[in-house]
Amino acid sequence: MTVIQVVVFVLVAVCGTAVVLMREPYRQTFLLSLYGLLLSMLFVILAAPDVALSVIVVGAALPLMILTALRIVGKHST
Amino acid sequence: MTVRSRQIMALGSAAALGLLLVWGVMRLPDFGAYPESYGDMLNAAAVAERHVTNIPSAVNFDYRAFDTLGEEFMLFVAVAGLAVLFREQRGQSDRKNLSVVQVSEAVRWMGSGLIGFTVLFGMMIVLHGSLTPGGGFQGGLILAMAVLLIYLIRGDEAFERVSRRAFVEALEASGAGAYILIGLAMLAAGGMFLENLLPIGRLREVYSGGTIFLINLATGVEVSAAFVLLFAEFLEESRKPSSER
Repeated sequence: MTVIQVVVFVLVAVCGTAVVLMREPYRQTFLLSLYGLLLSMLFVILAAPDVALSVIVVGAALPLMILTALRIVGKHST
Repeated sequence: MTVRSRQIMALGSAAALGLLLVWGVMRLPDFGAYPESYGDMLNAAAVAERHVTNIPSAVNFDYRAFDTLGEEFMLFVAVAGLAVLFREQRGQSDRKNLSVVQVSEAVRWMGSGLIGFTVLFGMMIVLHGSLTPGGGFQGGLILAMAVLLIYLIRGDEAFERVSRRAFVEALEASGAGAYILIGLAMLAAGGMFLENLLPIGRLREVYSGGTIFLINLATGVEVSAAFVLLFAEFLEESRKPSSER
């Protein structure tokens, strides 16, 4: 395992934990997209660019969907 | 059940799970080791056999095309089921609830600029499925994101205009149907279902890989339309007055 692999592994672990621990939905969504970015970096470093692209795509779609859902929920609850 | 006994149970199961995890990790192959031979065989054979430089595409759309057919129809059935479920409960659609989105000028400018780029990028990823990482699934989702961007910066009405239900549904169905038709065409041509009988083209050109290229395109159309439809259904559901939900 090279140094950069270790660094990105640790970053992914830290960010993943942060996503779980964050209780505020909006901030959690932004952390989630950061987590997706880190995860895709990890896959690029591990020489799996195809998987990395899938992660980027899911990482782009999921926060967008959550944000929209939050907006709709917020609109109806007020 | 008292709090105390619950705590004991939680700790006990956590310890058991931890032990299982440690045991599992210890028996993992070394980091970076690849004990199987399937990948090595494909890496050695696929480029010459199929004129495809993106091996995952060759696996998804040729060597294991039947698997991917199932995967694609998972998405198709999920979206169709959602549409049926939501439409069943829907009375007359109320267009009064169309919301006006309040977005900042910065988001609107940035979003408007990104739409063209996103469409182009998605098309590139779909079309180059047999050459570079990516393909119908990834590119299709990127294309759907472009439509979602329109919603984010312009709101419901603009989104409705670009995602006319009948059109998106037809697009999704034809993408899914084309996959099967390609398979049946190979059957009619004397091969097996989804066998790659088309000319495989020249290595490193956009059209290469025979049916891999075509199935990749069909998947791109299906996935992009499916996600637009999915989002349109959710939006419509959310627009209903809360008493109806």
